[in-house]
Amino acid sequence: MSQSEAEHVKEHVRVYLMVFSALAVLTVVTVAISYLSLSTGYAIGVAMVVATVKASLVALYFMHLISEEKVILWLLGLCAAFIVVLMLLPVFTESGIAPLWPL
Amino acid sequence: MSELVIPYRVQPHPLTGVTSGKLGIWLFLASEVMLFGSLFSSYVLLRVGSPDQFWPSGVEAGLSVPIGTFNTLVLIGSSVTMVMSWASLKMGNLGGFKRYIGATIGLGSLFLVVKAFEYSTKFSHGIYPSVGWPELTDPSMFYGLYFTFTGLHALHVLLGVLANLWLLIWGVALWQTDRDRFAGRIEISGLYWHFVDLVWIFLFPVLYLL
Repeated sequence: MSQSEAEHVKEHVRVYLMVFSALAVLTVVTVAISYLSLSTGYAIGVAMVVATVKASLVALYFMHLISEEKVILWLLGLCAAFIVVLMLLPVFTESGIAPLWPL
Repeated sequence: MSELVIPYRVQPHPLTGVTSGKLGIWLFLASEVMLFGSLFSSYVLLRVGSPDQFWPSGVEAGLSVPIGTFNTLVLIGSSVTMVMSWASLKMGNLGGFKRYIGATIGLGSLFLVVKAFEYSTKFSHGIYPSVGWPELTDPSMFYGLYFTFTGLHALHVLLGVLANLWLLIWGVALWQTDRDRFAGRIEISGLYWHFVDLVWIFLFPVLYLL
């Protein structure tokens, strides 16, 4: 491991600690929001937005996706597309746009 | 007979730009994303399709938000110590690596102990994956999903703890002969551990708060 690489990592350590603080604060925010009298739809929406922000921080900084190679990003992009389809299936089903049953 | 050596263990592949191990763990994590994604999709379908009286919030179902919050902070803390163990190796600090990965193992184990305590409390109240809500015979899927989600996640945590334990006790010998390769192994183990943390970030609000 080169000296410049070690220096580069040293700079990252401060970022890791800042991300940890942000994650801890956002966890408290998530819990605080749950005590507000929001309708189920809004509560789910807000909780998922906060969770997505937290997950993005973990993925970008702890998993180094912010500086990852394109092949990995394409792979995860493909995954994300399939996840969107998976999440839309129950929504469409329940809204009656594309009922899955009776088949 | 010559030894079969996996190519690009330390140097990145010229086409992908990543090592074989890193590409492998990301492919595995992609399959894990789809595994948990399909479970979340099932959760949405079952929850939206269930009458409200048959689907309790986490608090109504007897889950403890303070305990869930504590476990969330424990897992987030373990993610930081995991990435710090890798950073320590990159800075040539083996002692720092051992302390940080030891802390990661400890925090992961603490998470499992707390989860076991939660499970035992549920079992002592006669609550199992197959029971309903609000009466134990009602047709609710809540506990089935709760135990499936948290059980599968806890299994992932356990495997991560065991992998890190192996790296700390036996795997660390590689540091003496090939430092870059050992740092690569810790990075791969870290990617898995962060993924486990990431899944819990979604599980906590879904099961405990909504």
